[in-house]
Amino acid sequence: MSEIPSTVGEAELQAWVDGRLDAARRAHVDAWLEARPEEAERLSAYRAARDQLHAQYDAVLDEPVPAALLQRAGPGSGRWRAAAAVAGWIVLGAAVGGVAGWELRAERAGAPAAQSDMPILAHRAALAHATYAPEVRHPVEVGADQEPHLIAWLSKRLGGNVKAPQLGAEGLALVGGRLLPRDPGPVAQFMYQNAQGQRVTLYVRTEAPDQRETAFRYARDGNVRVFYWIDRKFGYALSSSDLERDELLRLANVVYRQLNP
Amino acid sequence: MSDARSLIALIPRLRRYARALVGDRAAADDLVQDTLERAWSKLHLFRQGTDLRAWLFTVMHNVHVNRVRSARPTDALDDEMPELAQRATQGDALLVRDLERGIAALPAPQREVLLLVALEDLSYEQAAEVLGIPIGTVMSRLARAREKLRILMYGKGGTKLQVVK
Repeated sequence: MSEIPSTVGEAELQAWVDGRLDAARRAHVDAWLEARPEEAERLSAYRAARDQLHAQYDAVLDEPVPAALLQRAGPGSGRWRAAAAVAGWIVLGAAVGGVAGWELRAERAGAPAAQSDMPILAHRAALAHATYAPEVRHPVEVGADQEPHLIAWLSKRLGGNVKAPQLGAEGLALVGGRLLPRDPGPVAQFMYQNAQGQRVTLYVRTEAPDQRETAFRYARDGNVRVFYWIDRKFGYALSSSDLERDELLRLANVVYRQLNP
Repeated sequence: MSDARSLIALIPRLRRYARALVGDRAAADDLVQDTLERAWSKLHLFRQGTDLRAWLFTVMHNVHVNRVRSARPTDALDDEMPELAQRATQGDALLVRDLERGIAALPAPQREVLLLVALEDLSYEQAAEVLGIPIGTVMSRLARAREKLRILMYGKGGTKLQVVK
C-alpha cells in the first residue's frame, strides 16, 4: 500500500484486535500500525491478554456440570416444566432431565468402577465436541501447522505417546488440538475437518494401568454421535454431530488401526 | 433436537463467563444457578430463532446486577468512579501480574464488556444488547478495559508477556 492512512479510530483498532475487520480494513489498519510500532505493541498486548483469558478460563468448559445446576434445569422444577410447556420445549426438559439423572447416578456411585466409567468417557467427549466443534475462531489451542509441537506437548502432559491419526485419505484434515483439564490427569482433543467444514474430534484420556481393552461402543448424546473404546494406555472417543453413525464407525476403525499398526 | 443440545452445551459457557466475572467458583455457580432458574421462568419470553446464548447472558447480566446492587446498595455501577480510584493506585507500582486479579480490578461494567467480547466471542452488537447499552459505549468500555488490564498486568508501557504454558 503506497499511502499510509492518517487516521484509524480506536473502535476500529479494537475490532482489529478481535479479528473482526474485513480484509480491506484489516490491510488498512495493518499499514497504519506498521508506521506506529508503539500502537502495534499496545494492540499485540491486547491480543495476548485475550489469549491469556482463554488459557485461564477455557478449562471451565470441560468441568463436569455440577448436579445442582442440572437439577435446576430438570423436570423436578415445576416452574421450568410449566415454562417448557408454554414454549413447546418439553423435549428440552426431558433431555436436560435425562442428563441430570445421569450425572446423579455417576455421583452416587462415588469413585466409578472402571467399566461404569466408560459412559463418562463418551459423555465428556460429546460435551467437549459440542463445545469446541462449533467454534469458528478458537477451535483448537495449537494448530496443525505446529503438529510436532502439539504431539510432543500433549504426550508430555498425558504421560504417554499420544498420536494424531492421519485421516487425509478419509478427506479429513487435522485442524489441531487442545488440552482439557481432567481429574485425574488432563485429556487431549484433536479436531479434524473435511472440505464441507464437517468436524470430527478425537478425545484421548489416560486409563488406569489395569484397564482392559474394550470393543467399540456407541453412544449418542444430543446430536453428537460417539464411538469410544479403550486400548492399552488410553481411552478414545471419536465424536461428530455432522457424520452419520456408519461413517463414524468406519472412521473409528481407521483410527483404531492407525493407532495399532 | 438441536435446541436441547445447544442448551445443555451452553451451561459450561455460562459457567466460564460467571467464573471470570465473579472469580470465586462457588459464587460463580450460584450465579449460574440463579440465572438458570430465572431463565426457566422467563423462557416464554425467549424468541425462537434468536440467539439463545446471548439471551442467557442477558438474563445472567440482570441477575448479576441485581445481586451486586442488593449486596452493596451504595456502590453504584458507575463507569467512572472506580476508574479514578484505580488510577490513583497505579503510581504505587501496583503490578498485577495475575490475570485473575487484573480482571477483578476492572470496574464491573468494563469487565463485563471485555469478557463478553474477548472471552465469550459475542459480537459488539450482541454485547450491547446483552448489557442494554449503546454500541458506542461497548466500544469505549472495551478500549478502557483493555488498556487498564494491560497496565495492571504489564506495567506502564511494558508489554513483556508471561508465557502461560
